[in-house]
Amino acid sequence: MLLIRCPYCEEERPELEFRNAGEAHIARSANMAGESDDDFEKFFFIRSNPKGIIYERWRHMHGCARFFNAVRDTVTDKFVMTYKAGEPKPSKLPGVGK
Amino acid sequence: MAKAAARKTAPAASPSVERRPALAGRSTTAAGVKVEVLPPAERMSLRAPEGSVAALSKALGVTLPNKPKTSASKGGRTALWLGPDEWLVIDEAGNDPLADRAKVSALHSAVGVSHRNIAISVTGAGAAATINAGCPQDLSLEAFPVGAASRTILGKTEIVLLRTANEAFRVECWRSFSDYVFTFLSEGSRDAAV
Repeated sequence: MLLIRCPYCEEERPELEFRNAGEAHIARSANMAGESDDDFEKFFFIRSNPKGIIYERWRHMHGCARFFNAVRDTVTDKFVMTYKAGEPKPSKLPGVGK
Repeated sequence: MAKAAARKTAPAASPSVERRPALAGRSTTAAGVKVEVLPPAERMSLRAPEGSVAALSKALGVTLPNKPKTSASKGGRTALWLGPDEWLVIDEAGNDPLADRAKVSALHSAVGVSHRNIAISVTGAGAAATINAGCPQDLSLEAFPVGAASRTILGKTEIVLLRTANEAFRVECWRSFSDYVFTFLSEGSRDAAV
């Protein structure tokens, strides 16, 4: 079982307490009605789906119930780090080259 | 709407009204473990920002804990940290915490959930092993000391777990899940005894 660090509970908890909540750092337009169809499609449907490092939202559903962001490697399924919702995308990742 | 209705009817119900919790009186014993349904208690789900915590603590008579996985207890009333701005207040002395915080003007949201939950106590040398039959958290005394509290899962249901003594836990679960939880713990206690 994976252990995921919840930044609000400040400790590693078993993965069963968590839910994935899609890709992180997708900003909703302040003027949704003015969006072109292409921009809306990009915002609404298009996800990066990378092989390697991905930034995701996770929710500590059966714990503190808070959403937070996590950096995960889609190849190894290892969690690189987690940080609180609203915090900026980390520029340097621990243990990842370049 | 449901909240408003509850507020209206709550004072009318006199304490003499018989309250029958789900599974009342059920208990089971295995070697080294006892699982039993606890008597009814008053409960409140509380959400509040940091600025309201002091006023609420004063009104409730128990300091709301601000550290993850902790609880605070005073005079039969326990406040369990569930999230950064969320607590579960349990009163076993029969005083309604919802009434005690009624005059607090600081921003907060309180909902009476007395009848939503039932409590099951798991005691004995195999208590931690019994709960670990379906709960993936580390329940060793180092990781989960006396007074530690956490929302977590047991089998397929969500529970709130509180360690009341070295070998005693209080398991809070939703009423409709209580049969499943009690049966799960009973099975777990038999495995823990082995």
